[in-house]
Amino acid sequence: MAQAAIELIGINKSFGAVRANRDINLEIARGTIHGIVGENGAGKSTLMSILYGFYQADSGEIRVGGKPASIKTPNDAIALGIGMVHQHFMLVDNFSVLENVILGAESDALLKRSIAKARSELERLEREYGLEVDPDAIVEELAVGLQQRVEILKALYRGAEILILDEPTGVLTPAEADHLFRILKQLKEQGKTVVLITHKLREIMAITDTVSVMRQGTMVATRETKKTTVEELAELMVGRRVLLRVEKGEAAAGDVKLAVKNLTVRDSRGVTMVDDISFDLRAGEIVGIAGVAGNGQSELLEAISGIRRAVSGSVMLDGKPIDLTGAADPGELRDRGLAHVPEDRHHVGLVLAFEENENSILGYHDDPRYLKGPFLNIDAIRDDARDKIAKYDIRPADCRLKTANFSGGNQQKIVLAREMEQDPGVLIVGQPTRGVDVGAIEFIHKRLIAMRDQGKAVLVVSVELDEIRSLSDRILVMFAGRIVGERGPETTEGELGLLMAGVEHRGAAL
Amino acid sequence: MDVFIAIVQILDSTIRLSVPLLLACLAGLYSERAGIFDIGLEGKMLVGAFAGAAAASVFHSALLGLGMAILISVAFAMIHGFASITHRGNQIVSGVAINFIAAGSTIILGQAWFQQGGRTPALQPGERFDAIVWPGAEAVRDVPILGPIYSQLISGHSILVYLAFLMVPFTWWVLFRTRFGLRLRAVGENPAAVDTAGISVAWLRYRALICTGILTGIAGAYLSMVQNGGFVKDMTAGKGYIALAALIFAKWKPVNAMFACLLFGFLDALSIRLQGSPLPIIGKVPVQFMQALPYILTVILLAGFIGKAIPPRAGGVPYVKER
Repeated sequence: MAQAAIELIGINKSFGAVRANRDINLEIARGTIHGIVGENGAGKSTLMSILYGFYQADSGEIRVGGKPASIKTPNDAIALGIGMVHQHFMLVDNFSVLENVILGAESDALLKRSIAKARSELERLEREYGLEVDPDAIVEELAVGLQQRVEILKALYRGAEILILDEPTGVLTPAEADHLFRILKQLKEQGKTVVLITHKLREIMAITDTVSVMRQGTMVATRETKKTTVEELAELMVGRRVLLRVEKGEAAAGDVKLAVKNLTVRDSRGVTMVDDISFDLRAGEIVGIAGVAGNGQSELLEAISGIRRAVSGSVMLDGKPIDLTGAADPGELRDRGLAHVPEDRHHVGLVLAFEENENSILGYHDDPRYLKGPFLNIDAIRDDARDKIAKYDIRPADCRLKTANFSGGNQQKIVLAREMEQDPGVLIVGQPTRGVDVGAIEFIHKRLIAMRDQGKAVLVVSVELDEIRSLSDRILVMFAGRIVGERGPETTEGELGLLMAGVEHRGAAL
Repeated sequence: MDVFIAIVQILDSTIRLSVPLLLACLAGLYSERAGIFDIGLEGKMLVGAFAGAAAASVFHSALLGLGMAILISVAFAMIHGFASITHRGNQIVSGVAINFIAAGSTIILGQAWFQQGGRTPALQPGERFDAIVWPGAEAVRDVPILGPIYSQLISGHSILVYLAFLMVPFTWWVLFRTRFGLRLRAVGENPAAVDTAGISVAWLRYRALICTGILTGIAGAYLSMVQNGGFVKDMTAGKGYIALAALIFAKWKPVNAMFACLLFGFLDALSIRLQGSPLPIIGKVPVQFMQALPYILTVILLAGFIGKAIPPRAGGVPYVKER
């Protein structure tokens, strides 16, 4: 094994009563790509923040390049050649690329020389690593993938030999992610060390040389990527066997519950996002809508659930029309048995500043079960919330906790529990497992299939092809606002991918 | 020719009236660009005005007066910083508190020290900043057009007037051409980016507030030691708020700030000039209306004519490290 770029020895860190890192030992070889995986809250980010000088470890030792290092501030880390690309970019949006790159690394009190130096340095980095980006562009006008490149450039400009990337692909499109991986491989070839923090196992398998798994603050294993499998890593992360693909029986499709006919929806700019779409959703089946994000799936969901106005067309729920003029009250649709788990749980599905129990009845607060005369029946609401917490394994199991303090996966479970427990006839789910851990994904998929087996009609929209293929009984592919094909669940990823890209137009809309 | 002279006179008073606005506006620019809302410009100007006039009259020195004005004003800026940067308090509340403290303490201390109903003694020559007459100003006074412009508009102002206008290009240069300016703008937009770049957010914001204090101190000194021959209670009369309005109108840019302040100064000068004299077509207008005119126009301008003003994104939000 090559010389270690970083060694962490016996690192401990607690936040109050929470032990975020316990006795972590880790050795990362120079010139490799090392992955660190773990569920949300496993302590990956804490560990990297200690390495970057954001936090101080309570105990333990850090060695960089074989020498003991004291990293008290990000400045110390930068001086030791450690650079970090944060999950939420640390960029000044209305600054140019150059200004962002030199911020904090200016050569003297005036900017002129710093800018000139950065300009020639960026040209060199662009040549060496294929990191192309217009140095004079304003950051907020750049695509997300390019903004991330600016973050990488910032680190390299400061002389980083070790680059830490925290969940770098969460915000990227698949094509942008591929490009990022090419850049990372290039960096490795030039002798840099890359540390990749993620919870997406597929990325780990695709790009890393070695991988370490964290669970509940401890480092549970380190493997050579070649000698491990996705299944093994998932098991190590969650601590038990995980079904990456949930078993399900044949669907027993019944009556049509939701009939969408010639639906056309425009967005706020007047662009047609849903273009003359028709399909049926039957009791006892899961229909998946696949598509690259931004092809009208969001607008379709919003129109059906009464949030967005439709221009024309009709939607029948149990044979009776839904008012699509914008007068439709989502509350009325709920009463008629249509439940909706929105794509964007932070903005639409939850009030993050509320307690968990308040969110768990949001939208159903007029239900007599939760009322005592004109007042809320707090005891009933909390009992109900505790039931849901137990049934959906929401952690931490505290219905008085502020919703913002739950992890993404548990927030998603709060919304799912709320909507599923109303026993709706039709369930519409947008991105059921976005930002959710492997273990929770399995759970959510099982619940959705259980709903189906109880004879409910389930519509799932997801940009994750694996998820669509694993859940759906029928797959509809959306491209540019139209349904460009219907396929069965056994369809290959390649074929669906082509449909999603709008390449193949055979098998036209229903 | 009478019309021309009248115009020159209005423009002359426009300059005089814009100066305190301009200094306060630039002061606000430093703090708001760094992400600290400063509604306490008014109060800092007021304590500056009081400290300046008081020190000038006691020590018989205009320069000592100016120094004291700056010192006290910076001290008040530091109180704002201590509350809103170190202790992450609400910046509006802290600013309002400073305004109240300033209004009350200047009157109490003024009465205790000078027994003139909260005023400071009238400043004698040498205790105030006198007008600087440029070479040849008297000689060219009678040259048509250029004469009055040179002798009235350009020449014959106090040193603080020239200083205020020089602060405009200087502030622009600081903001856009220096390392301090780059970091200052960055900390007002995304303090986390500054923090991760290894720069202290708090120290940077304190330095911005020191700049603010210096400028409000000069603005206050101008009010009590140039425009007026001494301190009078509440002599800022809302100028700090107008300066804030001008700052928004100028979209937080120094050169725009100068034009915005000149515009507000011009409206003020016009309303003074037109008081009592009948307007064509409309006839005689009540004095109160003319006095209210600049404020009415301020509201209209801010409501309708500036388009979208995007303030520094981190403005008003105390910086707390994540987790």
